Amino acid sequence: MTVVEIDCRGLACPQPVLKAKKALDEISAGKVTVIVDNTTSRENVTMFAQNAGHRVEAIGKDGNYILTITKGETSVAPQAGVTAPGDVPAAAPGNTVETVRPAGREGNRPLVYLFSSNLFGQGAPDLGTTLLKSLFTTLVEMEPPPDTLIFLNSGVFLACAGSPVLEQLRVLAGRNTEMLVCGTCLNYYKLQEKLQAGRVSNMLEINERLTGAGRLVPIA
Amino acid sequence: MAPAILSQVLRQLPKIVDENLLVGLETSDDAAVYRLSDELAVIQTVDFFTPVVDDPYIFGQVAAANALSDIYAMGGRPLLALNIACFPGCLSPDVLREILTGGADKVKEAGAIIAGGHTVQDDEPKYGLAVTGLVHPDEIISNAGARPGDALVLTKPLGTGIIATAVKAELAPPESRTAAVTTMCALNREAAAVMRAAGATACTDITGFGLLGHAAEMAEAGGVSFTMYQHAIPLLPGALELAAMGMIPGGAYSNREHLSERVSFAGSIAAAGRMLLYDPQTSGGLLIALPPEQGMRLVKQLAEKGLAAALIGTVTGRQPWLIRVEE
Repeated sequence: MTVVEIDCRGLACPQPVLKAKKALDEISAGKVTVIVDNTTSRENVTMFAQNAGHRVEAIGKDGNYILTITKGETSVAPQAGVTAPGDVPAAAPGNTVETVRPAGREGNRPLVYLFSSNLFGQGAPDLGTTLLKSLFTTLVEMEPPPDTLIFLNSGVFLACAGSPVLEQLRVLAGRNTEMLVCGTCLNYYKLQEKLQAGRVSNMLEINERLTGAGRLVPIA
Repeated sequence: MAPAILSQVLRQLPKIVDENLLVGLETSDDAAVYRLSDELAVIQTVDFFTPVVDDPYIFGQVAAANALSDIYAMGGRPLLALNIACFPGCLSPDVLREILTGGADKVKEAGAIIAGGHTVQDDEPKYGLAVTGLVHPDEIISNAGARPGDALVLTKPLGTGIIATAVKAELAPPESRTAAVTTMCALNREAAAVMRAAGATACTDITGFGLLGHAAEMAEAGGVSFTMYQHAIPLLPGALELAAMGMIPGGAYSNREHLSERVSFAGSIAAAGRMLLYDPQTSGGLLIALPPEQGMRLVKQLAEKGLAAALIGTVTGRQPWLIRVEE
């Protein structure tokens, strides 16, 4: 297999992207390894290669990053402007290996959680709360995070002041998880002023998410 | 410079309190405003930078339009300008003359005058202006007045930083270059005049911190949050494709680093599309908050003047994020 190595240390953007592009254009399949010494170049080479339909892996050490671009091994069609590679986390000091998240969830099928209760499962209420908190601890660490959370009926309490999972919702919001909160339910429980996370939604939109979900996880 | 570093430095400076200083450092506004009398306040601003285009005459125009923009964003009218130029001894003085002519022509178009200036010898050319403007104290449009329910209008397309990067790589299509130059040279004068008449509640101009950076300052200063719609945000031709090719300036990543915790994106929005909203703009448009019934009218009036303004979102009460971007 062809392996090309290009050292782009000391080069400012957009030079590393141009060099990576040229190297990839010259091979029909194989690997191109690009060494860069700044995060802008790392991000831009990754952005370019992923949007051109190649697989990218990054290793970071001492402010240098080694990007391994594999050409001709991906099944993901290039779709510039449609893919969501997400934010590449900064490489920690030391020798960390990260596989850059592939373009979006496989097949672009959204993962949707439906919270129709403020408890998880039927039984003792305090156990239901504990289980729910535990579920959210897991959700914030999911990679990639869920696409959408829907809160309805007593589930809307989870998005309001006094909820035991507000901190986790904030983290998920920062990771771009969409949160829809049933407006009818907020009105019913008189919680309109207490909403702390997500945005007020209606059954039309909620039904769209439920029917458009690739995987729907009901929590009740 | 990077917003995170700048705000850290500015925090350490002594706070200025003066009852006539109507707009100072605290709200990260576009310019300082000082009341001279009950009918008159003076607006003061300065901006200069390294060349963003090869043609020195165009560079002069862009730098002047950019510096004048801060006066317009405060609701004022420019009166006087002073040139600031850095210039290397090895370049022909003709180049400096072209830059200054471009600036002078743009200031003239704005109805103001250049009253002098200052030059310094330096390795890399830089040009800009200090501009003085006037405004009635009751008609100042700060960046802090946006109210829940207001509409948000952006008056110029985004992407000048990305296209400038692509120009360096010789990858920018001619129509992208032309559109970027046209938008950077355009004064925000017309947009500001229409905005004043429409009863704008808040305004800022979009420059180095990108749309999201300046919008976040505006939301923060007003104690509100913004919801924006990606599909409605005007972009320069080719900008999205060039972003997807990795033609993104480092400043866009600094802006994202500074803001990422306070901005929330719908998961379906692609990375390239997100980076456009962080792209540092040179001589960008105005971001205007105004009553919703005025929003469409403003866009229509600007369209009649040939400006590609667009309704891009709404103002809400404070949310866990400052800005939410929907598809």
